[in-house]
Amino acid sequence: MQLNSNVPSGPLEGKWDRYKFDLKRVNPANKRKFEIIVVGTGLAGGSAAATLADLGYKVKNFCIQDSPRRAHSIAAQGGINAAKNYPGDGDSVYNLFYDTIKGGDYRAREANVYRLAQNANNIIDQCVATGVPFAREYGGLLANRSFGGSQVQRTFYARGQTGQQLLLGVYGQLSRQIGLGGVQMYPRKDILDIVVVDGCARGVVCRDLVTGEIESHSAHAVVLATGGYDNVYFLSTSGMHSNVSACWAAYKKGAAFANPCYTQIHPTCITVHGDYQSKLTLMSESLRNDGRIWVPINKGDKRSPDQIPENERDYYLERKYPSFGNLVPRDVASRNAKIACDEGRGVGNTGLAVYLDFTEAIKRDGEAVIRAKYGNLFQMYHKIQDEDPYKVPMKIYPAIHYVMGGTWVDYNLMTSREGLFCLGGANFSDHGANRLGASALMQGLSDGYFVLPYTIGGYLATQSLSPVNTSHQAFKDAEKQLSEKLNKLMNIKGKRTVDDIHKELGLIMWDYCGMARNDAGLKTAIQKIQALRADFWENVDVTGSSKDFNQTLEKGYRLADYLEFGELLARDALTRQESCGGHFREESQTEENEAKRDDENFCHVAGWEYAGEGKDPIRNTEPLVFESVKLTQRSYK
Amino acid sequence: MEEKFLNLTLKVWRQKRGEKKGKIETYQAKHISTDASFLEMLDIVNDNLTIAGIEPIAFDHDCREGICGMCGQVVNGYAHGEEKGTTLCQLHMRRFKDGDTIFIEPFRAKAFKVVKDLVIDRSAFDKIIQAGGYITAKAGGAPDANIFPVTYETGELAMNAAECIGCGACVAACPNASAMLFVGAKISHLALLPQGRPEAAKRALAMVRVMDSCGFGNCSNERECEASCPKNIQITNIARMNREFLSAGVCSTSM
Repeated sequence: MQLNSNVPSGPLEGKWDRYKFDLKRVNPANKRKFEIIVVGTGLAGGSAAATLADLGYKVKNFCIQDSPRRAHSIAAQGGINAAKNYPGDGDSVYNLFYDTIKGGDYRAREANVYRLAQNANNIIDQCVATGVPFAREYGGLLANRSFGGSQVQRTFYARGQTGQQLLLGVYGQLSRQIGLGGVQMYPRKDILDIVVVDGCARGVVCRDLVTGEIESHSAHAVVLATGGYDNVYFLSTSGMHSNVSACWAAYKKGAAFANPCYTQIHPTCITVHGDYQSKLTLMSESLRNDGRIWVPINKGDKRSPDQIPENERDYYLERKYPSFGNLVPRDVASRNAKIACDEGRGVGNTGLAVYLDFTEAIKRDGEAVIRAKYGNLFQMYHKIQDEDPYKVPMKIYPAIHYVMGGTWVDYNLMTSREGLFCLGGANFSDHGANRLGASALMQGLSDGYFVLPYTIGGYLATQSLSPVNTSHQAFKDAEKQLSEKLNKLMNIKGKRTVDDIHKELGLIMWDYCGMARNDAGLKTAIQKIQALRADFWENVDVTGSSKDFNQTLEKGYRLADYLEFGELLARDALTRQESCGGHFREESQTEENEAKRDDENFCHVAGWEYAGEGKDPIRNTEPLVFESVKLTQRSYK
Repeated sequence: MEEKFLNLTLKVWRQKRGEKKGKIETYQAKHISTDASFLEMLDIVNDNLTIAGIEPIAFDHDCREGICGMCGQVVNGYAHGEEKGTTLCQLHMRRFKDGDTIFIEPFRAKAFKVVKDLVIDRSAFDKIIQAGGYITAKAGGAPDANIFPVTYETGELAMNAAECIGCGACVAACPNASAMLFVGAKISHLALLPQGRPEAAKRALAMVRVMDSCGFGNCSNERECEASCPKNIQITNIARMNREFLSAGVCSTSM
């Protein structure tokens, strides 16, 4: 398989504008002849569906939840970046580009990241125009705050629920198009296969989550915007329905899967407290604007935090990284929390926590100011932990929060399967090996509002696609295959529940493919996943009927895919024998325990190709070419 | 608070898909940590039901951090349970006592049909938004974001209204199954902002018309909606909706 990025030539700053000009267009009258399937209604999928319909295409939009307003983009808290330079602190498109590519540890495509930084300003304009109530200064203009990995204030926010407000803006645009008839909305559907005819993606097969019926839908192109695979770890900050299934089906239909080992462990999450726990909750990175992270200097210090004097505290991020302090990027902050806890200096009952302390900020600014900035986050923390963070420092620990890996796409956001596109968190994206805070929302909206609507026109205008409908044999075959798989799952009638097996998978992933990875551990992980997968297909118990609303079955087939995908993740981590961003190979670190890249051998994207049932997948590479930035050892000191 | 373990009796509404009648079934929830969330308690019960060969209780949920609006059940007569300003997924078992009996039912309203057990169909909310709960803005034509100054106070009021998560608790709590808090919140959010003014009149008329046609009731100032709202949306938003609707009606030629 050839992974051709299709990045246009010429100077970085002008690539996207020239490329848009060169793209073939579909004239307005012809657009209505094209049907496009968009899977997902988050920031990427929702904005793409709304914009494509606005342009005149006939759009079919699918989501798992009962309403498009509930996609998991809604849970993003802290903010969205743009280089507006409203605070006048010297920001620029180039600066945002540079921070993002450096933050990703030089494992993203230059041209994509530059385009993202360019689009960021349009995104803020578009969001405000659609009614997003971003925070304001008293003069009425927009306010900004800081996020990790940057020394300027460029993050726009709506209290601690920026994702919710951005998604409701997108949902408004999407709803308008549903009302006008431009988008046909299909809620409560799970996309479980991609249908390929004459080499091109021409439709999907899905399961109706209410009736259990298997349905086919055809189109001229298919767009996946289905989010990340975080839940392969069972415990993550993702929504309970987040899954890899549509992307995994795409993988098996020729869409390479890129860099699955690039997972993001977010430093500030509420700690794990019991084996019944179903998910983890993030405390936004924005809290690091005012909160100070520390542990006791001495091992095993069990005093309550207010009893530990200043000179017996170690504000380790401020100590080790004086120029970025508590606002180092996520991978650096997470790793240092782990180091502190591994040294026996962790706090709380389990010793797997560090303090995030607002005492000084409250003293400086007053409780009212802190409440206005972070009120909903403090409330959320209080409810879950039953401790008042205005009085007692938060106890936090890193957790799986995001994945940078995903379906491989070229500059057009097209996968290695013709006619199949992938957007937002689901693609392998612009974040390299580590995503900076407030960049995921930016990428989702950039892809959906400002990239795909142009590039998909370029694809459709240059194809001569034969008419295909769901009576085509390819749809019938896919439906039959899916029915058989579901029947097989229903008929195992073993003794283990789906969640029980999922939790075991999650522990394998966390223990061997978590914050630190090594050769022996990854090999062990692969063996354990294979054994667990075999156990699943012999011992799982799925109750009820496949032709009914059946949440156990939904969880079951999603887990079946995770049990295959988890192995690919471990395999990718094993073969990438360097550390970069969130992928920390213990064998490759600097003397100061920072991630040490190997640019000579690994300055590339790994795009995994499906080789068939029971065969080892093929590792293809796309070299990363840097024409504008110089690769350096990342330093936040 | 120290972690403790509870034994509870659940009285749960079970209703098969497509059947008009359901009934209350009794289950035991044993050894539930006070640190578990209400939905985690149901997860444990469901795992035990599965092992016992009984189909698990169907309920909607997703983010489990109080923002997606997907979860919602009536717990002991209260939408999302008795704790103020809390979604069901953020309600923790430390609010209950050992030996408690807990009644769990779906949100009930003429406009919300039961899909199965505790799962309901809230698509009427989507229909109301589709009628006009947005600002028309094509991707490409937006002016610079700072062209619309918004006073700090107005921004805060708009944000207060915009926090609605569309869960439907307000409808479930209202004796008339009115959706006016939900609709009032969206109309207020957009009408308060300068960029929302051009369509304000059209929006108010269209959304109220669809709200009525979906079978939601009227407001009789019981304030149950406000009391049950997990995001503390205030009924002043209903007053603002009424003002927007009336002034739109007076000025309109197409009512």
